[in-house]
Amino acid sequence: MSQPVISARGLTKRFGDFTAVAGIDFEVPPGESFGLLGPNGAGKSTTMRMIGAVSQRTAGDLRVVGLDPDTHGPEIRSQLGVVPQEDNLDAELRVRENLIVYGRYFGIPRSVCATRADELLSFAQLEDKAKAKVDDLSGGMKRRLTIARALINEPRILMLDEPTTGLDPQARHVLWDRLFRLKERGTTLVLTTHYMDEAEQLCDRLIVVDKGQIMAEGSPAALIRQYSTREVVELRFGSDRNASAAEQLAGLAERLEVLPDRVLLYTDDGERLLERVAHAGLHPTTSLVRRSSLEDVFLRLTGRSLIE
Amino acid sequence: MSADVTTDEPAMVTAALGAAVRPRRLGWWYIAEHQLRQMRSYGWTVVMTGIGNPLIYMLGIGLGLAAFLTVPVASGPDGPVDYLWFVAPALLVTAAVSVTTEEFTYTVMGGFRWRRIFWAMNASPVSPHQICTGLIVAVTLRMVFVSTAYYALMVAFGAVGDVATGALLVPVGVLAGLAFGLPLLAFSASLTEDTGQFAMVQRFVFTPLFLFSGTFYPLATLPGWLQWIGWVSPIWHGSEVGRTLSYGAGSDSWPIGAHLAVLVVLAAVGWVIARRIFVGRLR
Repeated sequence: MSQPVISARGLTKRFGDFTAVAGIDFEVPPGESFGLLGPNGAGKSTTMRMIGAVSQRTAGDLRVVGLDPDTHGPEIRSQLGVVPQEDNLDAELRVRENLIVYGRYFGIPRSVCATRADELLSFAQLEDKAKAKVDDLSGGMKRRLTIARALINEPRILMLDEPTTGLDPQARHVLWDRLFRLKERGTTLVLTTHYMDEAEQLCDRLIVVDKGQIMAEGSPAALIRQYSTREVVELRFGSDRNASAAEQLAGLAERLEVLPDRVLLYTDDGERLLERVAHAGLHPTTSLVRRSSLEDVFLRLTGRSLIE
Repeated sequence: MSADVTTDEPAMVTAALGAAVRPRRLGWWYIAEHQLRQMRSYGWTVVMTGIGNPLIYMLGIGLGLAAFLTVPVASGPDGPVDYLWFVAPALLVTAAVSVTTEEFTYTVMGGFRWRRIFWAMNASPVSPHQICTGLIVAVTLRMVFVSTAYYALMVAFGAVGDVATGALLVPVGVLAGLAFGLPLLAFSASLTEDTGQFAMVQRFVFTPLFLFSGTFYPLATLPGWLQWIGWVSPIWHGSEVGRTLSYGAGSDSWPIGAHLAVLVVLAAVGWVIARRIFVGRLR
């Protein structure tokens, strides 16, 4: 088996008394698309910064491309492409220039940077924006440019921190498509997200993180199979009636969750359950049957919703 | 470097070790390249202030103030010298220093906070201390340009005694710029927010130093209780060295080596502290 590109054992990060990452273990083999799913403040970004060799671990062992970030920071960073949560493009420079100056940081000759910049602008669907000012780009275009910039050194691992936060649905889909293509080419992707649909779309395997710890690990489908039912029925009775309705619903489903705005019933056959609800004399104002998602996994594991 | 890589290095380790060789050596220069390219976006301002400012001062003082002054303000080994000779080295030094009030303030806040470009650099193989050094190198090059343009105009206006030794005003101007600028860089890098501190530096540090550093008249003219401003001012130390180089002025009571030593110490201390702050913030 090929050596993992990232391996963490007991990886820990503390800031004073606060433990941001509490001794987590994971490995990422080459070519895998690996996700860290969890709410804000779960320790995802801190973990990413340690992998990115820009933040020292407090304890544990970490190897990235076979090297220790404490001693080989520049070597590790030479093999990474990093897409941060907040865009940090240089607005004083034009779009194409942003790629070229960034390529230079890796010691890549100027002529090679120029060729790659043109290829990446095409990949990011920004060819006609090459000479545009960064501030004139839309949010989605800026993200694609940031991804293009992260690819200028042909990285072994592309790290994306909340890649589509703040983008409209269409821009998200364009971005996912680009990331899919990278995945097909064999680039290892490591991404954090608090969007379950994003994790389902992009990740081969993921860890669910909460309060600096790993709650579960597996492929999106396996996690859903293990921690949830096939389908979920969402019922809304009005915010003041959800709790009392839930008492009457108890026993109808394998599991039940009461959220402030709705009641979730976990079952393998949603339509049948809906009929039984009607037979029981309950009449929700709205009802919806859907497939289980990672959101349900997270709810089951932590008792909280991902997006709060 | 690869001492703790124990296994029979797989290809990815070898690739990483090879890819980081150039950035480890030249990372600071890549940052300087970036900063210089950035300056091109306001290149017109750089050129206009670099040439326009000295031109205005030379004309204003050379044709106006100097013609009006009848009492000699300074003298060299051969007796009294033109007022323009006295004032020009100080103006050159001030021009170099004023570059840093721009480049080591707003540019630094922009890099850490507004545009967050330093964080982008930080994710590459370049190290935080190289980011700091690269920024200094780029600003130094801008100061070389400004000082050279100033010196060329000084020569054109006959504002230099000895054109050959006077040419050393360019490095002296840059050194004075760094002596003021690097402590300022350290201060700017330590700020997490701009709540008007840079405007305060401009008004309450740079302007008083410019006015009370023996720029337009000898420092000894000032009452004793104001002269200390000159003693701590890179503009005064740089101007005194510059005057000695231009027309052989007897450097008040300080030997030229002492002036240079003050400038070097200020620059060195500023550099060490700025580097530390960059590393502390980015790691």
